[in-house]
Amino acid sequence: MMAEDTKTMNMIEAINSAMDIMLERDPNTVVMGEDVGFFGGVFRATAGLQKKHGKTRVFDTPINECGIIGVAVGMGAYGLRPVPEIQFADYIYPGLDQLVSEAARLRYRSANDFICPMTVRTPFGGGIFGGQTHSQSPESIMTHICGVKTVIPSNPYDAKGLLIAAIEDNDPVVFLEPKRIYNGPFSGYYDRPVEPWSKHDASAVPEGYYRIDLGNAATVREGEALTILAYGTMVHVTKTIVEEMGVDAEIIDLRTLLPLDIDAIEASVKKTGRCLIVHEATRTSGFGAELAALVQERCFYHLEAPVERVTGFDTPYPHSLEWAYFPGPVRIATALTKILKD
Amino acid sequence: MPESDNRPASNLPPLSLHIPEPRYRPGDTPDFGDIVIPAVDATSRPGENTKPDAMRDHCYGLVRVLDFDGVAKGPWDPKLTPERLRVMLRYMMLVRAFDDRMFRAQRQGKTSFYMKCTGEEATSVASTMAIDRADMCFPSYRQQGILIARDYPLIQMMNQIYSNRGDHLMGRQLPIMYSAPEHGFFSVSGNLATQYPQAVGWAMASASKGDSRIATVWCGEGSSAEGDFHSALTFATVYNAPVIFNVVNNQWAISSFSGFAGGERTTFAARAVGYGIAGLRVDGNDPLAVYAATQWAADRARTNNGPTLIEHFTYRSEGHSTSDDPSAYRAADEANAWPLGDPIARLRQHLEAIGEWDAERHDAQAKELDELVKTTQKQSEKLGILGHGMHQPFETMFQDVFEEMPWHLKEQCDQMLAEQEAKFGPNWKPE
Repeated sequence: MMAEDTKTMNMIEAINSAMDIMLERDPNTVVMGEDVGFFGGVFRATAGLQKKHGKTRVFDTPINECGIIGVAVGMGAYGLRPVPEIQFADYIYPGLDQLVSEAARLRYRSANDFICPMTVRTPFGGGIFGGQTHSQSPESIMTHICGVKTVIPSNPYDAKGLLIAAIEDNDPVVFLEPKRIYNGPFSGYYDRPVEPWSKHDASAVPEGYYRIDLGNAATVREGEALTILAYGTMVHVTKTIVEEMGVDAEIIDLRTLLPLDIDAIEASVKKTGRCLIVHEATRTSGFGAELAALVQERCFYHLEAPVERVTGFDTPYPHSLEWAYFPGPVRIATALTKILKD
Repeated sequence: MPESDNRPASNLPPLSLHIPEPRYRPGDTPDFGDIVIPAVDATSRPGENTKPDAMRDHCYGLVRVLDFDGVAKGPWDPKLTPERLRVMLRYMMLVRAFDDRMFRAQRQGKTSFYMKCTGEEATSVASTMAIDRADMCFPSYRQQGILIARDYPLIQMMNQIYSNRGDHLMGRQLPIMYSAPEHGFFSVSGNLATQYPQAVGWAMASASKGDSRIATVWCGEGSSAEGDFHSALTFATVYNAPVIFNVVNNQWAISSFSGFAGGERTTFAARAVGYGIAGLRVDGNDPLAVYAATQWAADRARTNNGPTLIEHFTYRSEGHSTSDDPSAYRAADEANAWPLGDPIARLRQHLEAIGEWDAERHDAQAKELDELVKTTQKQSEKLGILGHGMHQPFETMFQDVFEEMPWHLKEQCDQMLAEQEAKFGPNWKPE
C-alpha cells in the first residue's frame, strides 16, 4: 500500500472509517444503536457519522436489543443494509431470538424470498475492568447458530477491510470487536504501559474503500515448532509470549470464525505437527473445542502432541480478579512448554 | 420458610397468589351475557390525526358498524359498495372453504399440520382489503385471509401445505408458514410475535426512504405477552412509524385463556395507552368495523400521524391447530354462545338486509368455492403430498443457509448424499 494512501488509525478509527465509506457508497446502509447518533457511541466508533450522513442514516435507538435486531431484520426485508451496534456483546442476549430464529433463518425459510443483509457490530472481551456484564466473549454462541457469519478482527487494517466485507455481505454477520485492543495491541502484561496502534504496522490504514473477504485467516508469524490458532486480543498476547520465549511458532489469526479458513489451519498443523488454541472465552464448549475437534479429524496422523487449549476459566468474568481469569502470559507459557515437551 | 416470628405483628391476612382461571371448563354451560357490548353507534370516530391521549376511551369501547339485525350504522360505517361487500364475503367464504378442505387433508394424512381461522376471517380479510395492495403485511400463523384477499394462487398455498414439489419453499417450513413477497406477505415464522419489531423496521425503512407504503402486522392476544410485542410498540412510538398493529384477541392461546396475557385486568387495545399510541378496540366479527378501523389506521399512518394498535375482539371457534383438542380445556358450546356471532353470517345478513344478496346466491357461491378448492386440491396433489415420496432434491437441505455454501456445509452435504445413495441407490430422483 502506498504511504500517501494511508492514515494511521487505531481500531475505533478504522471501524468508523469502514462505516463512513459504506454510508457514502450505499444509500441503503443505516447505522443504529444505543448512543451511536449525536454522541457517536460509548467507544466513539460512530463519532461524526450522524453529522455527516444525517439522522435517518445514523441514529440512536431505545435500550432494547430485541427491538434493535428485530427492527434491523425488517429493514433488511425492505431493502436496507442495517449495521446495528449492540453496545456490549454481553447485552446481545435479549436480541438472541431475533438473531437465531429470524435473521439467521430468513433466507432459508423463505427460499430467498427475503434476506437479512445485517451486520451486528459489538465490542466483546475483557481486560478493561468491565466485570461480568461487560467482558464476555460469546463467539461460540454465534458460531453455533446456522446462518450467521462470525468475524473477529485483530488490528485496524483488518477491522476496516473485514467490516466493509461484512456490511456488503448478503447474510447476517456478527462482527465482534475486541475492545481491549481498540486503542492499542495488548501484550498480555496488564502492568506494563500500553503501546498505541501507531507503533504497529497494521495501523497504516487506507483512507478509501477496500475489503478483506470473509473466510480467510492470516498468518501473523511463520514458524516450524507449533501452530497457534488465535483471534482478536489473543493474537497479540500470544505473539508477545512466543517472542519472549523464543519459540518458533506459527501464529494464525483466524479473523473469520465462520466460515472458517480450514485450509490454512490444516496446512499449518500438518507442517508443524503441534497445535495450541488460545481464546479468552470460557473453556467448555468454547470455539477451541470445535477447533481441536477439526484439527484431530484432519491432522491426527501429523500430530506429535495432544492439541492444547488455553482459555478463560468456566466462571463469570470477575471484576477485581480480572487478571487471574484472563489467559495471560503464565497460562500461555505453561501450555507452550508442555506442548513442546510432549 | 422464614420464621413466623420475623413477621411484623399484623392482623392482615397472608398474601395469596392469583392464578387466572377461565370461567367455563368442559361440562359447563357458557354464558357471556356479562360481556359489555356498547351500542352500535356509541363509539365516536375521531379524526385520523387525533392525539393518542384524546383517544383513551377507544381502547375500552368497541368500534362497531353492523347491528345484530345486519344494519350498518354509526360514524364508522365505511359505506362500501354492494359489489365490494360481495367481494369481501366471497374472500371470507373462500378462506372457510379452504380451511375446511385443508383440515380434512391433514386428517386424511396428507400433511402434518394445519391451522384454521374459523370465526376470525374478518380480522385478516377485511383488514387486508382496507389497505393498499402495495402495503406490507407481517402475519402471524392464522392470517391466511391476507393471501386470499390478495388473490394469491390457492394452489401455491396448498403446495406449501403439502411440502410437495410445487412448494417454492422447498418443503422447509411447517404447513401454513407461507412466504409471498410479490403479494406483500412476509415469511411466517414459527416463533411468536417476532414479526412485530420486524414490521416496525420495515415501516421505519419506508418512512426513511420517503416511500408511501405502510406496514401492518398481526399477533394473537396470547403472544402480546412476548417481549417482542413491547419492543415493537416502543420503537414504533419513538420513531412514529407508519405501522398498524393488529392484536387478534380470540380469547384462547392453545389452552390458556386471555387472562394469562393480562386480559382479566384491561383490554389489549389499552396496551397502546402507555406507549402513547392510538388504540382502537373493534368488534372483530364485524367485517365492516374491522375494515373501518383499519382504514382509519392506514390513513393515519400514511399521513405521518403514527402507529395504531387495533384489538380485534373475536373468538377462536376451532382448536388452535390440528394438534389441539379444545374439548379438553374449554366448554363445548362457547363458539355458539359467543355474543358477537360469526363474521360470514353477519356480512351475509347485511347484504341480504340491503337487498344485495339472497340465500340462493349464497348457497351457489358456497358450492362454487367448495368446488374451486376441491379442483385446486386435486391439481396440487398431483405435485405430491407430504410423506408419500420425496419431492425435493436432497441437496436443497443445504442450500440457502447462506448465499454461497461454505466448505463445511459442502462436506456435510456430500455426507448426506452418500447416506441417501446407500439407502436409495444411485439412480434416485425426486418424484
